[in-house]
Amino acid sequence: MSSEGIYTWRDSLVGFQTLATKEVQRVLRIWVQTIVPPAIQMTLYFIIFGSLIGKRVGQMGGYSYMEYLAPGLIMMSVVMNSYTNSVSSFFGAKFGRHIEELLVSPLPNVLILLGYVAGSVCRGLLVGVLVAAIATVFTHLPLTHPFIMVTVVLLTSTVFALGGIINAIFAQKFDDVTIIPTFVLTPLIYLGGVFYSIKLLSPTWQMASKVDPILYMVNAFRYGFLGVSDISIGIAYGIICTFIVVLFGVALYLLNKGVGLRS
Amino acid sequence: MKALSIRNLTKTYHGTVHALKGIDLDVEEGEFFALLGPNGAGKTTAIGVIASLVNKTAGHVEVFGHDIDHEFPLAKSCLGLVPQEINFNQFEKIEDICINQAGFYGIPRRVAKQRAEKYLKQLSLWDKRREISRNLSGGMKRRLMIARALMHEPRLLILDEPTAGVDIEIRRSMWTFLRQINAEGVTIILTTHYLEEAETLCRRIAIIDHGKIVEDSSTKALLAKLKSETFVFNLREPLAAPPRLNGYAATQVDDTTLEIEISKDQDVNGIFAMLSEQGIRVLSMRNKANRLEELFIRMTERKPNE
Repeated sequence: MSSEGIYTWRDSLVGFQTLATKEVQRVLRIWVQTIVPPAIQMTLYFIIFGSLIGKRVGQMGGYSYMEYLAPGLIMMSVVMNSYTNSVSSFFGAKFGRHIEELLVSPLPNVLILLGYVAGSVCRGLLVGVLVAAIATVFTHLPLTHPFIMVTVVLLTSTVFALGGIINAIFAQKFDDVTIIPTFVLTPLIYLGGVFYSIKLLSPTWQMASKVDPILYMVNAFRYGFLGVSDISIGIAYGIICTFIVVLFGVALYLLNKGVGLRS
Repeated sequence: MKALSIRNLTKTYHGTVHALKGIDLDVEEGEFFALLGPNGAGKTTAIGVIASLVNKTAGHVEVFGHDIDHEFPLAKSCLGLVPQEINFNQFEKIEDICINQAGFYGIPRRVAKQRAEKYLKQLSLWDKRREISRNLSGGMKRRLMIARALMHEPRLLILDEPTAGVDIEIRRSMWTFLRQINAEGVTIILTTHYLEEAETLCRRIAIIDHGKIVEDSSTKALLAKLKSETFVFNLREPLAAPPRLNGYAATQVDDTTLEIEISKDQDVNGIFAMLSEQGIRVLSMRNKANRLEELFIRMTERKPNE
């Protein structure tokens, strides 16, 4: 605070920095839970689907199946880890009541939200980089449109970090934080073009697949690497940005109202 | 200046449970103030509203003249809270808990480190600074919450039952510390079930019951309301027969113990004189209950249908 005891925007910035750093340190402190499991899981995916089965699949989108699969698996780990991080960290703070440290402080809700998003995006990207590094052991990974790759992964990670926070706000018990990842996210990811091109599907299923927002994120990300996509990149950016705006607005509204936080 | 001003504060849970029924309360800057009440009276709800942990239903709260709704960063900057329940991350290090809390108030890390050292030393936790907080004893956890609440050097410190469950030695060291920071200018509001604590520390006391303030006055004025006190006399020899104590309500508890009620217009000298006349020697004498405790029980006594 300033010498006059006034809380300025600089103080808010220090508050945000403190929260974001704390969240990143949490990810690094419990690296056995946050970083190692997705790395092991994705290595197994590369071995089983990419190396063993993939050889029999042949080419997809003009690339070997392993090359086609790699961006999808990277994005899958980014999505899951961004979501899991924010839902578990925010719900943990709520359950342990240390969210009250933030609620009694003058830190604005918008920065509390951004602080948690920053920590989750950091974990998502950290895991994404690690999985990309593992992918390079198994295959060559071209980088056709680096700007698109970076912006899509950043924005997608933000979408799921925000989603995780909203889930945590409503969660009352630990079961509530696993329902969405298990019953909603996993099917959407698996049906979102991680493992295949939707061009392989019948026109009806192609249409059905286009309802899945993860399809746009995975394909835009794959376009960043390989330059091939089943959908328009412009539409993908539009959908991702719309999700960010809507989820950010909802999360901020819930925080301001104190839903699930203030009695 | 008023450190805290509450007007018509109302809180209704789920539309039916009326926790606060329009309370008014003023606490002057520099005061050491006690907010007392039985369990479920509304103390923690009132504190929750002041600290932005509970949404109020209606009313107006100002901290050092700053409205908690419209000037919340300023109001919150003036306020430090030590809650009833442990609410820090049990997996974080003690020093980190303090430094991070300061950060949320906009205090740079360099300054926060100096303050953490100052307050953790004052509360005898400095040696434990690198330990995970869940390893602390109950008393240490309470002191950590006090240190954390002081990190942004608030002008008003609210402590919700800070000495609950701590041994008498730690409780007294906490009293000394709280007196010291009050003397340095920090306004303190305390809730406690140890009425001796309120009587010893606080210059003003408010009693809340059923969501209403039923008493709000200086400790001295409040104690003056006691119409009578009961004293326990321990006698040197066993009594052969009940003593004659004209004008006093006396009860013989056992052979060597008498309980005598003394009203405000009577004195103890008269009792001693009558006992001496009858050859009864008094070994020791004590107040049966804490004076504030007696008053508190009378003021918050439940009627049978309540």
